[in-house]
Amino acid sequence: MTVTKSYIAKSVENMRPSGIRKFFDLAATMEGVVSLGVGEPDFVTSWSVREAAISSLERGFTSYTANAGLIELRREIAHYMATRFQVHYSPQDEIIVTVGASQAIDIAMRAITDLGDEIIVVEPCFVSYAPLVELAGGKAVTIGTTGDSGFKLQPEQLEAAITSKTKAVLLCYPNNPTGTQLDKEDLELIADIVKKHDLLVIADEIYAELAYDQDHTSIASLDGMRERTILINGFSKGFAMTGWRLGFTCAPVEISGAMLKIHQYAMMCASTPAQYGAIEALQHGMTDVESMKKDYRQRRNYVVQSFNELGLDCHLPGGAFYVFPSIQSTGLTSEQFAEQLLLEEKVAVVPGSVFGKGGEGYIRCSYASSMAQLQEAVKRIGRFIEKKQTN
Amino acid sequence: MKLNEKEVEILEILQKDARFEAADIAKMIGLAEAEVAETIRRLEEEKVIVHYATLVDWAKMDNFTGVTAMIDVKVTPKRGVGFDEVAERIYRFKEVSSVYLMSGVYDLSVTVEGKSMNEIARFVSEKLSTLESVVSTTTHFQLKKYKHDGMIYTSKQQDNRIVVSP
Repeated sequence: MTVTKSYIAKSVENMRPSGIRKFFDLAATMEGVVSLGVGEPDFVTSWSVREAAISSLERGFTSYTANAGLIELRREIAHYMATRFQVHYSPQDEIIVTVGASQAIDIAMRAITDLGDEIIVVEPCFVSYAPLVELAGGKAVTIGTTGDSGFKLQPEQLEAAITSKTKAVLLCYPNNPTGTQLDKEDLELIADIVKKHDLLVIADEIYAELAYDQDHTSIASLDGMRERTILINGFSKGFAMTGWRLGFTCAPVEISGAMLKIHQYAMMCASTPAQYGAIEALQHGMTDVESMKKDYRQRRNYVVQSFNELGLDCHLPGGAFYVFPSIQSTGLTSEQFAEQLLLEEKVAVVPGSVFGKGGEGYIRCSYASSMAQLQEAVKRIGRFIEKKQTN
Repeated sequence: MKLNEKEVEILEILQKDARFEAADIAKMIGLAEAEVAETIRRLEEEKVIVHYATLVDWAKMDNFTGVTAMIDVKVTPKRGVGFDEVAERIYRFKEVSSVYLMSGVYDLSVTVEGKSMNEIARFVSEKLSTLESVVSTTTHFQLKKYKHDGMIYTSKQQDNRIVVSP
């Protein structure tokens, strides 16, 4: 019998595919591409961490762990979050080890969203936020930050987006794709509004370890915010462990309990060898994190100054490993710029427009590449811009 | 000598790759190019930067026969000059590529490079062990170089990342 109807759920059918995909398909077919399009560290995970995971396999630790993750790991996470970011969570019932920060966002959304609830998403942002809100039955209400404010969320923008249906605000600082960081004073203004309207914050702080000019302030560390924050962090970026797929949530016991229900049915638990690797990362990996961070900081400085010299206006981002320069002086849209740059000079960047409101007119360039690659990329982009300006 | 944070950062960058130019280092650490160039010149003059060289994997060359030996040397230190005098007598030989004073069961660790094992054997028996203060020598020949000065010589590590990712 032939199939006469589509089996695909409407919510999925209506979902637009990630804009990054298109560039990946194009770039993947080309030789000699210098890529600034990669959203992950160029460093390989520290050998001591890899060795710990190998050793766990040798010792036969191959079974499931507790749903929330190995208690030893949760204790290390609790200690790490307390000493590094001054936030305190019980390893027993307030921390869940997840399959990357991505799954953490998913369970957070599903745990708090009733049909029709509005979740405020601050753009430009990681491509998965709005789709995950919608999959959970919520409505993503987007705010576009602008280059003029260095892509910092302005309190009045937040205030204006809040309605009677607003349930939560999703924040990501240091930000992907802009690299923007909010300092304590910025966060306090946001927190005041959140408290005034009795909202929840989902704080994706996956880049917290990569803050270059001052230590990262977690919004959960502010007065009265712990009880209304779901904190998301993980090992991918700071510890260079993207492929391990290991993140975690920190949230008050009631919310953690709700998320754990979803996690236990949908995921059971995160990968066991990865969890053993993560214990080693937290116990002995901080020196490696510091050394990677030092390299990133130098590369950031190099790229920002080089771009500004080329006439691509670029604010100095406080964290993550992205710069988000304006390409408006070329008269091209961000998608045209990215496509022509790839075809003509074989440099892959991601058009800002794929990250939502406020992203048009900008490109995301990752500096998680060797200095040699960055120098080559700057050379090629310089040639490209010169050509565009003489045309 | 007291070095400031920027000077240390310049040294760390150059230690990783001596070919970085002052203009790029300036951008990386947020100083003016002229200031970086001047700092490097001063550090060279003060011999904080001793020398720039290239790591070569000679094993890649067909018919390369050179050998390297690490020799543990026990010596009798002399009143007034300690180990320095004998160390100097040893490091003056052009075959000697490094000399370290060590803690532990022997005193000096001497690295010697030669065209053949015979050449090194001759150096040890005729030059090194005949020195008045040398008590004994133990010679170890290097068989293969895996990692040197922080660089893995046979690294198979590639960039496995997909070209564009969120």
